[in-house]
Amino acid sequence: MSSSISNATMPVRVQPTLRTVLRPKWLGTFARIREQKSQGTGKVVLLVLLGLGFWSAVFGVFYRVLRYIHSEQEIGTILAAKLLGVTLLAFASLLLLSNLITALSSYFLARDLDMLVAAPVDWLRLYLAKLGETLVHSSWMVVLMAVPIFTAYGIVYKGGPFFPIVVLAALVPYFVLPCVVGTAVTLILVNVFPARRARDLLSLVAIGAAGGLVLLLRLVRPEQLARPEGMNNLLDYLGALRTPTSPFLPSEWATATIMNWLTRVADPLPVVLLWTTAPAFVVLGAILHWKLYSHGFSKAQESPERFIHGRRWPSLLYTIAGAMPPARREFILKDVRIFFRDTTQWSQLILLGVLLVVYIFNIKSLPLFSGERVPFFLVSLVVFLNLGLAGFVLAAVAARFVFPAVSLEGKQMWLLRSSPLDLAALLWSKYWTGTVPLLVLAIAITFTTNLLLQATPFMMMVSLGTMVLLTLAISSLALGLGALYPKFDTENAAQIPTGFGGLIFMMSAIVLLGVVIVIEAVPVMFYLRAQLAGEPVAITPKMIIALGSVALICIVTTLVPLRVGLRRMEQMEF
Amino acid sequence: MIRLTHLTKRYGSFTAVDDVSLEVSRGELFGFLGPNGAGKTTTMRMIAGILQPTQGTIEIGGDNLAEHPIKAKHRLGFIPDRPYVYEKLTGAEFLRFVAALYGQSGESIERRMDELLALFELRDWKDELVESYSHGMRQKLIISSALLHRPEAIVVDEPMVGLDPKGARFLKDLFRAFVDRGGTVLMSTHTLEVAEAMCDRIGIIQQGKIVACGTMAELRQQTASGDMSLEELFLKLTGGIHERELDVILDQ
Repeated sequence: MSSSISNATMPVRVQPTLRTVLRPKWLGTFARIREQKSQGTGKVVLLVLLGLGFWSAVFGVFYRVLRYIHSEQEIGTILAAKLLGVTLLAFASLLLLSNLITALSSYFLARDLDMLVAAPVDWLRLYLAKLGETLVHSSWMVVLMAVPIFTAYGIVYKGGPFFPIVVLAALVPYFVLPCVVGTAVTLILVNVFPARRARDLLSLVAIGAAGGLVLLLRLVRPEQLARPEGMNNLLDYLGALRTPTSPFLPSEWATATIMNWLTRVADPLPVVLLWTTAPAFVVLGAILHWKLYSHGFSKAQESPERFIHGRRWPSLLYTIAGAMPPARREFILKDVRIFFRDTTQWSQLILLGVLLVVYIFNIKSLPLFSGERVPFFLVSLVVFLNLGLAGFVLAAVAARFVFPAVSLEGKQMWLLRSSPLDLAALLWSKYWTGTVPLLVLAIAITFTTNLLLQATPFMMMVSLGTMVLLTLAISSLALGLGALYPKFDTENAAQIPTGFGGLIFMMSAIVLLGVVIVIEAVPVMFYLRAQLAGEPVAITPKMIIALGSVALICIVTTLVPLRVGLRRMEQMEF
Repeated sequence: MIRLTHLTKRYGSFTAVDDVSLEVSRGELFGFLGPNGAGKTTTMRMIAGILQPTQGTIEIGGDNLAEHPIKAKHRLGFIPDRPYVYEKLTGAEFLRFVAALYGQSGESIERRMDELLALFELRDWKDELVESYSHGMRQKLIISSALLHRPEAIVVDEPMVGLDPKGARFLKDLFRAFVDRGGTVLMSTHTLEVAEAMCDRIGIIQQGKIVACGTMAELRQQTASGDMSLEELFLKLTGGIHERELDVILDQ
């Protein structure tokens, strides 16, 4: 038999096309779309409506701004170009970060790599196929954002029927460049650090950079630019506007290509720069890949983390949780340990920190107690509305930290389901593990911001009481909906709340906040009227009913999602 | 000890397990054989309480799994075919966690953990993250975790996959000793020599139905197979690939 194998004519060695190498990916994508369609049209309709709403909002904002500045003859075009330049520069930094992370996954950690590397596929095909995959994965969101923006430019500046082609000509190389650079940086990093360490490092760099960017943008206090005293030197201002951010940045070339078309300037240099630099970078990237990929890929296979660091704090937690029944205690300890050992999970605390700093900074920057005296009524109104804002911050935090709780059990669910652990006990353990830190955070931010706003004792009490009830409800909503829409197949905890379930959770939380604020406006208005009239605050039946209704709504919203989540978990099959 | 009555599992129009009735007694090692996709893993996962049957009942030690899941699961140790464990826990932390799921903790469990880790040659690895374990080591860790709470019955899906010859031999001895002490083992395997050598009774499942069940002698009798080996008998029942087909494939 062996002779027949060796004697058989070997097939001609034809390399597979890029389309063939990528076939499992696009077939998988189509299968997922079909699966989603078969799950009912409600979800698709909701997503389409939300997408259209988002597009309309982005288009509306850009259209209005562009219409306004278009009417200003000389400065208008410069401003429009500057706006486009800044937008494309922001997109480029997002693209670079996103490509760094995606390239690590598609070139070094993806499950199809073993098969592709073992197959007789040449290095260039592998590089280009994975480059395409990285490009699509990391750029699709930016493309979706860009469509309404360029539509607005095209309409306001009458770009004509060929404008979409010009935009494509500018954007295709503009998207390719950060992809090649991100891929190359990842390749170098993996050759220096082990892949899993590099993943941790990249997550940290990406999250740190994103957080730093938000912080920087906020702390430079852009609102001051709108103040007349900030514009005392118009000539300098115009001069600064005319100067491109940097003539070497591809975002400037893309901006110039598009603005040249829109303002009918015949200058082919920017588009030539884009279309020569991008292919040149692809060639350089391919050479780097040829030199470094085999070593990096091999290194990526052998680098799981072996040792753990920092053993003191678990024993402290052990003492605190000591009085609990063993199953609940170990469950909480397990969740806390995994959280602090998984970089994709704990690194999100950086974003949380940034969010809080920005939030408190915003409250502190409100011009309530500087300059002219703001009426007491307005201050109290801000204190009351702050409740909604703090609630929204909490919902965002719950989406990041509580919503993924059930999904993170993922492939280990066999153990929990085959053990005699009561699923209700599991869910309650997860609930309190998420809710206690959330409560501490809620009380801290409400108390701090109310102090900054100089809230009266009545408003402080109402805010704190409502916030405690809202936290209990929001945490339950996050956990329940997380169980209802789990994502078991992701390696990155940060991706879990970005799906359909996360969207439904945020929408539900916003509706809850809206309902609570509308109902609670009744007792708050009573209080404010009494204060304005200088009368003592009387507790009326209306006040009691309103506050009681808020409490009831929050309690129901705490119990029902947990029950629904539990039922869903009981029906889950693995 | 384990009793399945008219057990059925359907996924839409596809029937994965079709009206299976089976009883495995105390002190018995039962081998569950069948081709890929025959319904072995689905049956095992139903017994472990991970999948819910479409029809039929499962009793473990007389406790109905649907009515008294906690009581029934206390009696059982489940070893799945794919060793998914929390990657960011150490071996010792994982075992401590599993013990707590069964309501056990304290000094006695720490001692038992040490014994099991030593038995499976994992003692040097106990404080290292599971993500650094090999497939075989993960399998050994899961087997340790299934034995930790002293179950009365073990349901094990493909136990030999990923184990080295020494580990495989040790596992065979372990299951035999467990059964000799009155325990029950329900084991699925593709290694027919292992099944023939180890199991008291064997059940062969195909397309969700049990097509033959009994001791080796009973199986030969049921299928009129003379003194056929288990491998020949299995192929006779489930249909093997003809040599001619092999020739066609390899000569092309």
